[in-house]
Amino acid sequence: MIINHPILGPRDAQEFVYLGDAALIDRPDGMTDGIEAFHTYAYLRDNPAGDHRELWYHEQGDRSWLVVTRNTVTHEITKVELARDVARAMGRST
Amino acid sequence: MAEILQAMTALGAHGPARVAVGPLSITERVDLALASVAERRGRGADLVGAASPAGLPLPGPARYQAGTPFGTFWVAPGMWFAEAPFASHEWIADQLRAALGDAASITEQTDAWVIFDLVVVGEGVGLASLLERLCNVDFPAAPDGFATRTVMDHLGIYLIRQGAGAARIYGPRSSAQSLLHALEAAARAVW
Repeated sequence: MIINHPILGPRDAQEFVYLGDAALIDRPDGMTDGIEAFHTYAYLRDNPAGDHRELWYHEQGDRSWLVVTRNTVTHEITKVELARDVARAMGRST
Repeated sequence: MAEILQAMTALGAHGPARVAVGPLSITERVDLALASVAERRGRGADLVGAASPAGLPLPGPARYQAGTPFGTFWVAPGMWFAEAPFASHEWIADQLRAALGDAASITEQTDAWVIFDLVVVGEGVGLASLLERLCNVDFPAAPDGFATRTVMDHLGIYLIRQGAGAARIYGPRSSAQSLLHALEAAARAVW
């Protein structure tokens, strides 16, 4: 599987480490959002058969976190973004 | 009587290792100092302004750029590794910190890495047949000055292309012997 890194171009998937659902970026505020929101964040995941946005870490590369949109049925990758850009677009880590 | 302290190389010797296999020579480099330079958030312009007068190039992604006194390669967005002659830059981190101020975070890296220069001599003989056995970098397709992190024999390394028959490898110092063995074994399979 090849992941088309937004900065470095096509790279073999063996250089990457998989973390999981990209919703992990959107961590609730532990001081105000309550235990239920944190429980949902920590334990509950969607398991779609189809497009899935997920976090990949380019460990044997430039050490960047990526948000990869991958079809879990066909393994086709349709979009790769820097997680930094995604987080900032959501108003995080500005 | 006190003896003069003598530094040991990554391979536990008093001098750099040299190995020749066919047209290939592997030479350990112990005369380079190394430090990482990481841009602090929002200080990119300050870093660029301070780097140029200090002789510190800041090349783009996956590139190495030579400079005086620093040769630099890109390792991550906003982060570079700078190398310089050890004789003049034993205190490379302090020297960079003095030049760049608080625009960047500097980390001493000199003794964290082992450096091997690979050179093959001969017309039409390149490093491609060796490196394609060791890592997944498309070495013949990469331009000179290409620098990337990759995996060689399960070790995370930096590979810098200096020409079709010349490359520099930065590997983890604590695995220097394993990396040299991997290079030698692959070279003997080729030549």
